[in-house]
Amino acid sequence: MATHTQQLTRSHTVRLRGLTRSFEGRTVLDGIDLDLPAGQFTALLGHSGSGKSTLLRAIAGLDHGVAGSGRLTAPDRVSVVFQDSRLLPWRRVLDNVLLGTDGREAAEKGRSALAEVGLAGRERAWPNELSGGEAQRAALARSLVREPELLLADEPFGALDALTRIRMHVLLRELWERHRPSVLLVTHDVDEAIVLADRVLVLDHGRIGLDLAIDRPHPRSYRDPLLGEYRDRLLNALGVTEDVTGPAEASERGGTAAHPAAEPDRATAQPAAGPGGTANDVAAGPDGTAVGVAGHDVSAHRKEKHP
Amino acid sequence: MTTRTTTTTRNAASDTPSTAITDEAAPTPASTSVSVTDSIPTSPTDADAGTGTGTGTAADTSTGTGPAAAPAPPAPVATEADGAEAVETKADSRRFRRSPRPRRRGLAPGKRLPASRLIGPALFLALWAVASAAGQLDPGAIPAPWTVLRTTGHLWTDGTLPTDVLTSLERAGYGFGFGLTAGVVLALASGLSRVGEALIDGTVQLNRAIPTLGLIPLFILWLGIGETFKIAIIAIVVYIPIYLNLHSALSGIDHRYVELAEVQGLSRLRFVREIVIPGALPGFFVGLRLGVTASWLSLVVLEQINATSGLGYMMFQAQNYGRTDIILVGLLIYGIFGLVSDSAVRLIERKVLSWRRTLSS
Repeated sequence: MATHTQQLTRSHTVRLRGLTRSFEGRTVLDGIDLDLPAGQFTALLGHSGSGKSTLLRAIAGLDHGVAGSGRLTAPDRVSVVFQDSRLLPWRRVLDNVLLGTDGREAAEKGRSALAEVGLAGRERAWPNELSGGEAQRAALARSLVREPELLLADEPFGALDALTRIRMHVLLRELWERHRPSVLLVTHDVDEAIVLADRVLVLDHGRIGLDLAIDRPHPRSYRDPLLGEYRDRLLNALGVTEDVTGPAEASERGGTAAHPAAEPDRATAQPAAGPGGTANDVAAGPDGTAVGVAGHDVSAHRKEKHP
Repeated sequence: MTTRTTTTTRNAASDTPSTAITDEAAPTPASTSVSVTDSIPTSPTDADAGTGTGTGTAADTSTGTGPAAAPAPPAPVATEADGAEAVETKADSRRFRRSPRPRRRGLAPGKRLPASRLIGPALFLALWAVASAAGQLDPGAIPAPWTVLRTTGHLWTDGTLPTDVLTSLERAGYGFGFGLTAGVVLALASGLSRVGEALIDGTVQLNRAIPTLGLIPLFILWLGIGETFKIAIIAIVVYIPIYLNLHSALSGIDHRYVELAEVQGLSRLRFVREIVIPGALPGFFVGLRLGVTASWLSLVVLEQINATSGLGYMMFQAQNYGRTDIILVGLLIYGIFGLVSDSAVRLIERKVLSWRRTLSS
């Protein structure tokens, strides 16, 4: 099969038409039509292996040699935040942030980007002196310096602990509000998607299975009962139901298994978290984002990921 | 450990040669006889006071190792538990004095001793001096350190040593310089382009399979017996480890960094300069250190086979006259050169790769 030809053209919005990608004859993306308007915060959910990352890499133009077809337009300035911070260990933090930029002006921008993510004063540190959360902040700063029109984030908080994750959620949303790039956040965490994004897509068998606008004001709380409805719809689209544990289909698909396991946990955790456990108080962000449920969710995921 | 077991055995076994603690210790105890009753009364209290696991293991070992100790089984159990208990309380009290919580010792080797690299050689030198002074060494075979020093002084003042040292340094320097350049250029060409790899890598692997010293006869015929062939041989010996390590470091660049460079819009030149080469430096230094050592090694061989000057030649001549002291002078100088050049490379490596936090830092 021939690799996809150069279908990438430039525009401020992302536009996909009939985008298809396949690996060794297995179709991963099956004719996706999608528009991401400028400045929209979109989350992309899906099971592991559903093609989330493939879609993100296609938009980022990183999928050389992958077979496929379709039309794709994307903005000029695209930044990608990976799951690992991907800082070069031999460059100091500021030099990492400035990777691919030139000049004095860029250096100033780099400094202010580091200050924005709360790393002012760490410019001369080596990457291996940073904690996981700090490294990911530096990676965010690196993506900001390029003043992206589109920010692609591939499970950027997947490797962080629950508390750091919450802080990073707040930070990402703040940065988005200040700079207004289009954001496509790939995640497997339903709650993360609901709390952060204004639009959530569910990728299912290589197609967009659900396209859900989340019309709730920010900052959002995990305890917002209205968000619960969104969550139910999303979980439904992911093939997970609240009361039925372990449908045959779920175990078949591997990644789905995380969710049925997580659900009973959440059901028990929610009332418990309500009456103000200490974990809640400690972790609540400045905007009152509740943590109890999210923490539970995260740990449930962890359990499934590393059995 | 062994001492403790033996004492236990002596206490416990009064008349029976076989004991419950260890089979090896069994034959010894016959000499001393201590009444069994001595240890029995203390045993229950001690065992009770001790931790459950301690007594448990003691009992296990006693039954396991010495099933023949039927006559006095409680005694060894008691004493073993006793000993274990005593050791444990001692350790505990020591730990408690240091810090309220017992802290596990780290697995890193810990702080480096001051001038640690010199301690071994200094000790060796001291042993050599003492043995010579005591007349334990045949001065014809291994002359004393001071004899070697005196000979060094003579050779230096009469001018032969400086000439020989300079000649050797020049050979090693040229050989190393050419080898380094060739290794780096070839590794870059082969590590950064597929065409280069196709042309170079197989050829170098082939070259590597041929023992370089086996090329000496051929090179003498091609290049004559002068300096050129010596430098060529040293260069070949040096370039191979440098090429191999640098090439594998260049081609082993993490794919994630390649992606990053694409995302950040780096040009090919900047990608090579800012990611590939800095990332390959650790591998390069491994090759460099091997190359430096290799240059000295080949120098010794070359100068002892085909030379009319140089340290190797000096040593070869000394062998004809039975002057072991001169041979030792040569060896010493080779050793010092090797040590100094290796330390220099290490120093550069530490400066250049300061971002690496390893066990040695």
